[in-house]
Amino acid sequence: MSTTQWPLWEVFIRSKQGLNHKHVGSLRAPDATLALENARDVYTRRSEGISIWVVESANIHATDIDDADSFFEPSDTKIYRHPTFYEVPDGVKHM
Amino acid sequence: MQDQALFEYVLRLADDSLILGQRLGEWCGHGPILEEDIALTNISLDLIGQAISLYDLAAELEGAGKNHDQLAYLRFENEYKNVLLVEQPNGDFAMTILRQFFFDAFRLPLYEALMQSPVSQLAAIAAKSVKETRYHLKHTSEWVIRMGDGTDESHERAQAAIDHLWRYTSELFYEDNKDEQLQALEQVPSLKGIQANWMETVKTVLYEATLAIPTNNWKFEGGREGRHSEHMGYILADLQYMQRAYPNMEW
Repeated sequence: MSTTQWPLWEVFIRSKQGLNHKHVGSLRAPDATLALENARDVYTRRSEGISIWVVESANIHATDIDDADSFFEPSDTKIYRHPTFYEVPDGVKHM
Repeated sequence: MQDQALFEYVLRLADDSLILGQRLGEWCGHGPILEEDIALTNISLDLIGQAISLYDLAAELEGAGKNHDQLAYLRFENEYKNVLLVEQPNGDFAMTILRQFFFDAFRLPLYEALMQSPVSQLAAIAAKSVKETRYHLKHTSEWVIRMGDGTDESHERAQAAIDHLWRYTSELFYEDNKDEQLQALEQVPSLKGIQANWMETVKTVLYEATLAIPTNNWKFEGGREGRHSEHMGYILADLQYMQRAYPNMEW
C-alpha cells in the first residue's frame, strides 16, 4: 500500500447526447489520462455515460459555507426576478 | 478432422481467457488502490465473459452435448490448453500488469484478424471482444510506461517482471498441425504475422517506458500441449471446487 496519495479528481459524466455533464463523484489518479481510465472503470461500468470529464479537485474553487448568508440569502426576497408578473398576450402559444 | 482442429483452436482461446481471468480475480479486494482494484476485476470479468462465449462455441464444435460449465470446470489439468504465461502468479502489481500487457498485445491483433474469419461465430466473438481488448491494452500500456519511466523502484520492478515473464512469451505464437489445417482453409490467421505485430507494440511501449527487452532466448512452453507449470493445479483447485463439490450447480 502506497503511503503517498495520488491527487484527487472530480468526475463529470454525460449520460446521453444533449444532456449536461453531471458531477458523479471523485477518485484518485496519478495524472489526467489515468484519471479518465479510472473514471471509466469506476463510474461507467453499467453504461452510465458516453463522455467523461475529470478535473483535479485542487483546481475547483468553491464558495465558503460561511458566506452563504451574504452570497445566497439576498436573492430569496427578490421575487420580482422571476418572470411571473407579466400578462402573457393571447396570441402567444406554447408558454 | 476440421471440426476437431477448430475445437482445439477455440479451446485454446477460451482456456487462455479463463485462466487469466481467474488470476486477475485474485486481486479482488487486494488492489493497490481502489480504482485499480476495480480496473483489474473489470478486465477479469471481460475475459471470463469471452471465455463463456468461446466455450459455448467449443461445446458446439465438439458435439458431445456439453455446456460451457462442463468445459470450464470439469476437465483434468492436462486437458487445459492455455499458455504458461497466463497461469503465472500475480506477483506484485508490475508482474500482473506486464503479464497482462504481453497478453493484450497478442490478443488484440489476433482478434482483429479473427473478425475476418469465415467461421461466423468466431468472427462475432472476435468483433465483440476486440473493443474490450483494445481498452485492456491501452490501460496496461499506460501503466507499463508510468512504471518504467516512473521512480527507481517502479522501473526496477517493471524490468524484473519483464525479465521473468519474457521466457513465457514465445508460447503465445505456438503453432502445430491443427493450426496449419485451419490456416490452409483460411479460417484463422498465421501467428507469424500476429507475432510481428506483437513485437512492434512491445518495442514501442517498452521504448517509451525506458525498459529493456531481454536478450536471452530461454523459452518455456508446454501449456498448448497440456503440460503446465506447478501453479496450474492450485488454480484448478480453486476454480473447480464448486462444480466438483456441487455437480451441475448454476449461479
